[in-house]
Amino acid sequence: MRIITGNDLRTGAVVWWTGSGWSRFVDDAIDAGDAAEEIMAREEAARRVNVPYVCEASRDAQGHVRPAHIKDRVRALGPTVRRDLAVPTAARTGWDWVI
Amino acid sequence: MYRYDHYDQAMVEARVAEFRDQTRRRLEGKLTEEQFKPLRLMNGLYLQLHAYMLRVAIPYGTLSSRQLEMLATIADKYDRGYGHFTTRQNIQFNWIRLEDAPDALADLATVEMHAIQTSGNCIRNISCDHFAGAAADEIADPRPYAELLRQWSSFHPEFSYLPRKFKIAVIASERDRAAMRLHDIGIRLVTRGGALGAQFYVGGGMGRTPMIAPLIRDFVPIDQFITYAEAVLRVYNRYGRRDNKYKARIKILVHELGAEAFRREVEAEFAHLIEVGVEPPRAELERIKAHFADPPFAEGPTTIDAGDPAFARWVERNTHAHRHPAYVSAIISLKPAGDIPGDASAAQMRLVAELARQYSFDEVRVMHTQNLLLPHVAKADLPALWQALARAGLASANIDTIEDIIACPGLDYCSLANARSIPLAQRLSERFAASGRSAVLGELKLKISGCINACGHHHAGHIGILGVDKKGRENYQLSLGGSEAEDVSLARITGPGFDEDGVIAAVEKATEVYLAERKEGERFLDTYRRIGMEPFKEAIYGG
Repeated sequence: MRIITGNDLRTGAVVWWTGSGWSRFVDDAIDAGDAAEEIMAREEAARRVNVPYVCEASRDAQGHVRPAHIKDRVRALGPTVRRDLAVPTAARTGWDWVI
Repeated sequence: MYRYDHYDQAMVEARVAEFRDQTRRRLEGKLTEEQFKPLRLMNGLYLQLHAYMLRVAIPYGTLSSRQLEMLATIADKYDRGYGHFTTRQNIQFNWIRLEDAPDALADLATVEMHAIQTSGNCIRNISCDHFAGAAADEIADPRPYAELLRQWSSFHPEFSYLPRKFKIAVIASERDRAAMRLHDIGIRLVTRGGALGAQFYVGGGMGRTPMIAPLIRDFVPIDQFITYAEAVLRVYNRYGRRDNKYKARIKILVHELGAEAFRREVEAEFAHLIEVGVEPPRAELERIKAHFADPPFAEGPTTIDAGDPAFARWVERNTHAHRHPAYVSAIISLKPAGDIPGDASAAQMRLVAELARQYSFDEVRVMHTQNLLLPHVAKADLPALWQALARAGLASANIDTIEDIIACPGLDYCSLANARSIPLAQRLSERFAASGRSAVLGELKLKISGCINACGHHHAGHIGILGVDKKGRENYQLSLGGSEAEDVSLARITGPGFDEDGVIAAVEKATEVYLAERKEGERFLDTYRRIGMEPFKEAIYGG
């Protein structure tokens, strides 16, 4: 699946496109398919997201959305060395998921 | 310490106001990200992996207690309660909100601090020997010259859009504690016939093409050294490549022209500039020097009563000879075993600020090795200082050991990184501390970078580790034999890379070779230089 991520303009927080808005949680990401470029242009112009880009991902058996690249998995959960600062869903996903 | 005059303060406050307006326009949609990005970068605000990151300049690594307390305030008020000290003596905050950034900069301005020129293709923060003004072996205090360079390079209109970023380091002793020859310009203060001057090394650097700076001028009279720096920058600005960012650093220009041809260009420009007269007035240097007068050192015991073995270990590893016999410089390790190199919580910053006020004439230094330093501690005060640090978990006696690892933020924070650096540093320091082997190994500088940009100085590590992306997985290349000291050298890669467990095992094997082969008094680096790479390769890769 092709999911869209970017950063919240005001806060810089990592966000994922849900089909109707932006979520902090990667599991909320949907497959944007061929509409990704159009969505990114519209959302960036409206300042609802900053520097969006598409990344490849898959949905696993537990329903977790897993970006293909480790960099995006680190973005999804937070620094692996400061788990106290992770997004709230990190415990559910598990840190092995990142590597 | 240098204190701002009204010009300095007015410049910084004007920049805060300007950036506040630029940020407002960005948030209101009047500036696109493309338009805003260079403006925020000029104010040290990056967009990193998880959030905006603010890099704050700490000129030549010197802080007052009040300034360090403000950094703690920034950490608590605008970030998540901590900061990361960098290999260029700066500090980074990892979780700044764009809408808060102007307020953070305004708070910094109240203590004469800013984030100007901590990014972009300009002259960056001037770095310096962290023992400046305290070291027993320096021939002059390099800080006034670093400060003059700071003032000359701040907002210099000709050098605001260089081909690439530009880094300058200044030292004043034979020992190089600032990686001087791995900078775009490395300046060593020297004397010739009783006169003070500057040696200029130009074209060093790490990154994807590491190079050791050659000597370009053996002696520039001190009252012409800014002019010579300007000549170097002018030649670079004129001939440096702008078509390829990977070939745009001055080291490539010096390499491609050759040091001799480069020198001729600089000398011609220097002769021209001497005619023009660009050197700041001598009175300005004297004004600056007055800020760096000695603190009121007191006479006291010149020996240290190190009866407690733990205290004795800390004194041996973490203190450095001071030019006043009753004082030492005391290093506060930010590398407790298993912890994140260079990170300090707001509470730790406040404690160090208080200890500096109590024991070090209100002064703290940031070391490029990502530790903190109290430059002037009376020997009589050392036990009390050590006890206070120990109570806070800041008394790790591991400076320059294999636990004292330099590590960049790596893939845990940095959008450029290919692999994580910090977890590797944590596992290595924990392992060598737990086994007790780090003390046996003595001086062994291990440095880790999470990508080819080499912020973790891996090229200059006795043992260096570079994280790379191998088909989407983290992979680590091991290298041996680097040094950023006066015996500068670039490390060589051992061979094929490893996964995380594999590189840790390889480091262990390298240390075993050293222990088996070393001669009396040899450091790891000395043994490597004597026996060469082969015995290490055999041990690591099994022949």
